[in-house]
Amino acid sequence: MAHRDHNAPLSDTALRVKALEALLVEKGLVDPQALDAIIDTYEKKVGPHNGAKVVARAWTDPEYKRRLLDNATAAIAELSYTGVQGEDMVVVENTPEIHNMVVCTLCSCYPWPTLGLPPNWYKSAPYRSRAVIDPRGVLREFGVEVPDTTEVRVWDSNAELRYLVLPMRPDGTEGMSENELAALVTRDSMIGTGLAKTRSAGASTKRTRASGGQHERRA
Amino acid sequence: MNGAHDLGGMHGLGPINPEPNEPVFHEEWERRMFGLFIATFAGGHFNVDQFRHAIERMNPAHYLDSPYYEHWLNACETLLVEGGALSHKELNEHTSRLEKEAR
Repeated sequence: MAHRDHNAPLSDTALRVKALEALLVEKGLVDPQALDAIIDTYEKKVGPHNGAKVVARAWTDPEYKRRLLDNATAAIAELSYTGVQGEDMVVVENTPEIHNMVVCTLCSCYPWPTLGLPPNWYKSAPYRSRAVIDPRGVLREFGVEVPDTTEVRVWDSNAELRYLVLPMRPDGTEGMSENELAALVTRDSMIGTGLAKTRSAGASTKRTRASGGQHERRA
Repeated sequence: MNGAHDLGGMHGLGPINPEPNEPVFHEEWERRMFGLFIATFAGGHFNVDQFRHAIERMNPAHYLDSPYYEHWLNACETLLVEGGALSHKELNEHTSRLEKEAR
């Protein structure tokens, strides 16, 4: 999508970025190969498939879930998802009584090691402004209807603390393996603007992915 | 700091319009800008609080009207110039040169 025509002129912003990189490389302050490695990591390796494994483990291992809710940073580190923007994690559990969703009203704080880099809408003014005054309206925009009897809690992230939502395990998934369950866990279900996929929806997505599929791969 | 970035509770900013199957980066310059931020941050040129504060010091109209990674570009330029690693003059001259080459 939005692939730039190689002959099209670069925007002012693109030129400024190019100039910044060229100057930093020229002065020996940045190594272009290190830059490529960083980009590759965050574009291809880190992503919501990491968080999905944390959720699937919590769904299948009650002891792990207890540790996750008790000290999320340590429990997530058990699966080796550590690093920048994930130093201090809190996991909030969705139940029939409580639906949690996460925002960063001031900027774009987001748990990188478990979810990767945030989507544009998470960093944009409409979501950031409205999540805290009209969360049910926002959820409807994502196609999620939370019953009136369920309390909606909105967590405003900050530079020190990042949240991950533990979505409810869908009905009819008894006996599924941890890897199969992880495939039902979407990015939005861990932000709280979505729900985990049902077993049949998960299966159909898998088919699409297998036929279309150059995008993210799940284990 | 109560500035334009403090968006919680503001009205009238429009629909959210989530993009299905959104790529991690939309443009090549966003990809490079992300890498430059990590590299300069790791290089010890600034910390995260300074970076956020530099974004919050942007002109409020520009802040609201510009794409996300342009905030990062502005903050990186501001902090690298303030820290003495680069000058605005160097950045402007280099940008003009690239502009001429691109024509």
